[in-house]
Amino acid sequence: MKSSRRRFMKLAGIAALGLGAQPAIKAIAPAAGNGPQTQFSQGPNVLTARQWAMVIDTRRFKTTEDLEPMIEACHKLHNVPHFEEKNHEIKWIWETHFHNAFPDSANRFISEEAEHRPYLVLCNHCQNPPCVRACPTKATFKRDSDGVVMMDMHRCIGCRFCMAACPYGSRSFNFVEPLKGLVEKEINLKYPRRMKGVVEKCTFCVERLAEGQMPACVEASGGAIVFGDLEDPESEVRQVLRENFTIRRKQSLGTEPCVYYIV
Amino acid sequence: MNDKKWIVLGLLIFMALFLSPFLYNVVTGAKAAPMPEVVLTEKAKAAKQCVMPTEFMRTEHMQLLDEWRLKVVRSGLRDFTNTEGKTFNMSLSNTCMDCHSNKADFCDRCHNYASVKPYCWDCHIDNPQGETK
Repeated sequence: MKSSRRRFMKLAGIAALGLGAQPAIKAIAPAAGNGPQTQFSQGPNVLTARQWAMVIDTRRFKTTEDLEPMIEACHKLHNVPHFEEKNHEIKWIWETHFHNAFPDSANRFISEEAEHRPYLVLCNHCQNPPCVRACPTKATFKRDSDGVVMMDMHRCIGCRFCMAACPYGSRSFNFVEPLKGLVEKEINLKYPRRMKGVVEKCTFCVERLAEGQMPACVEASGGAIVFGDLEDPESEVRQVLRENFTIRRKQSLGTEPCVYYIV
Repeated sequence: MNDKKWIVLGLLIFMALFLSPFLYNVVTGAKAAPMPEVVLTEKAKAAKQCVMPTEFMRTEHMQLLDEWRLKVVRSGLRDFTNTEGKTFNMSLSNTCMDCHSNKADFCDRCHNYASVKPYCWDCHIDNPQGETK
């Protein structure tokens, strides 16, 4: 065969192309024909929604004692430590005064009964959450599937930007080792604790929703708290919202909170 | 060139220092630390296989746990189906430690040998059944 410079260059070019393509082919090849693959799924009993929301009927809670079962159920279940020192306090769901809960809805003269009622407050799982925007590590994020504002404790670096960003004070920082605020025997062994230096808050009980259960506070409320899909017109939450006048906390800030209050 | 003796002396001292750990081992007959032996609980023995083959688990369990963590926390997927079609709840405390409830004789032995200090158990509970306490 006649060999020429032109022919040599052609062959060399093809060879170089072949060698260059080899790693790319290798990278793609194992994906095909590798037997059965592992799979991840949601589980059979999972409760789903486009945006979880909660309606709290505050008329049914007259005194501090009425709120205690919900707070206790939540804090027991999630191993939320209790500290006497106010600065170290960790709270997922707690009681507050009308003027603190709804500072922009408080007229000078309002119903005395409503004003002195205790109000149950928690993370609002906002549709436009400022904490998520503030988080530099994306440790806190809004879950696409159901709108829950979640914390990834593994990623939290404890910068507390989210605490500064949250207008509802829904986030608590572990200034001290959380184990010190827990009673050894009462620790829920099924749920993880936290470590010193991370921020924590309510998660709308995602671990319970995954198993087909309602959040702990909803279960403990005896029907005074309704939980459901805000985007589903047929849901119980929407039904209750249709029938009752509700307010939300600091609505004027535009965070679109998903916890509604019947006052 | 009158420094020859100093150079040789220096070299000798250097070699002696450099070889001293090897010589020490030869003289004392020290052997490498033995491979750690992990203890399987009765429940783990009865299950025969972990969520993935033993070889895979031995070398890749950290990657598997990392993947599990991502899927559970960030994607809300909580069930893992392995290559044999068996489904597990992806939970360190409630699935892994349910079988391997002997952290000291299972996890710690290898971790200490490899001198790794994972901080999983700062938060995750190592005995979900509360048996060993």
